[in-house]
Amino acid sequence: MSFNIQDYYSELNEGEVLLAYKGSISSELINNVLDTVESKLQDFNVHSKVRKKVYNVLVESLQNLYHHIDDLPKNYEKDFDERFGILVVSKEAGRYKISTGNFIKNSHITKLEEKIKKINTLSKDELKEMYKYILNHQKLSDKGGGGLGLVDIARKTGHKLDYRFRAFNEEYNFFILSVYISD
Amino acid sequence: MEPISIEGTAKTPSVQFNSKEGIIEIKGRSIPENSVEFYKPLVDWLELYKASPLDKTKVNIQLEYFNTSSSKCILDVFKKLETIHKGKNDVEINWYYEEDDEDMLEAGEDYESIIRVPFKMIEIAD
Repeated sequence: MSFNIQDYYSELNEGEVLLAYKGSISSELINNVLDTVESKLQDFNVHSKVRKKVYNVLVESLQNLYHHIDDLPKNYEKDFDERFGILVVSKEAGRYKISTGNFIKNSHITKLEEKIKKINTLSKDELKEMYKYILNHQKLSDKGGGGLGLVDIARKTGHKLDYRFRAFNEEYNFFILSVYISD
Repeated sequence: MEPISIEGTAKTPSVQFNSKEGIIEIKGRSIPENSVEFYKPLVDWLELYKASPLDKTKVNIQLEYFNTSSSKCILDVFKKLETIHKGKNDVEINWYYEEDDEDMLEAGEDYESIIRVPFKMIEIAD
């Protein structure tokens, strides 16, 4: 049986949820999410240091999602919007959790998984060196991404990237990434 | 050269480039999905400016947030300034960061270690 996205989305919505969304990930949606989360963090009087980290990591998470969604074939369009993704920002056990989910073609999994595994083995200093190396040597891709997003998230949060791939159908997996920011 | 004067938005910074005063300023938020579009005119302007820069160019970078897409473009800006500096013209880069924003200070240090121009790190009290 294929992975049920609706069930997973409901699971993510447990705990103290600041914002949850599933649907098309557009530039306007990103603006709205950033505005909403920023004002909530201000209302909660979150310390500016944590607030900035959450905001920064949220920007990277959303833009990673925006740049890397693989669209399902047309026959799925009644179930899933174009550029479908999910996003949940919540707080649990004293830390902020940002989860994103998107479809990924099976052929794209290996490269992404290798990158995440590599990042998860690196120390803070090694992440800094990797960030600087990519910054200085790699060109921006056509999609506008620089290959720096995940490295930046790992570096700023100081936590390992928590990820999973769930088989959706023969050609696609659903990729879920959760990142944590300690209060 | 015509100066560049751009007002900031929720996703893009305010910009003041003035060749007569030798002032280069980028302030605010730089988090567009695609930053090349925004920064290309700035990098092009510096390419022209570096042909006849003032003896002293003062650069003020005061960002609240910037995304990784912008980080490469900002490096391009610094690389143009590095060329001016190598051409024996004075370039002063002031990197502003808020008191408790260690990530922003560290970002400035990253650039300083790549670009051969001295940076002045300036803390802004809340």
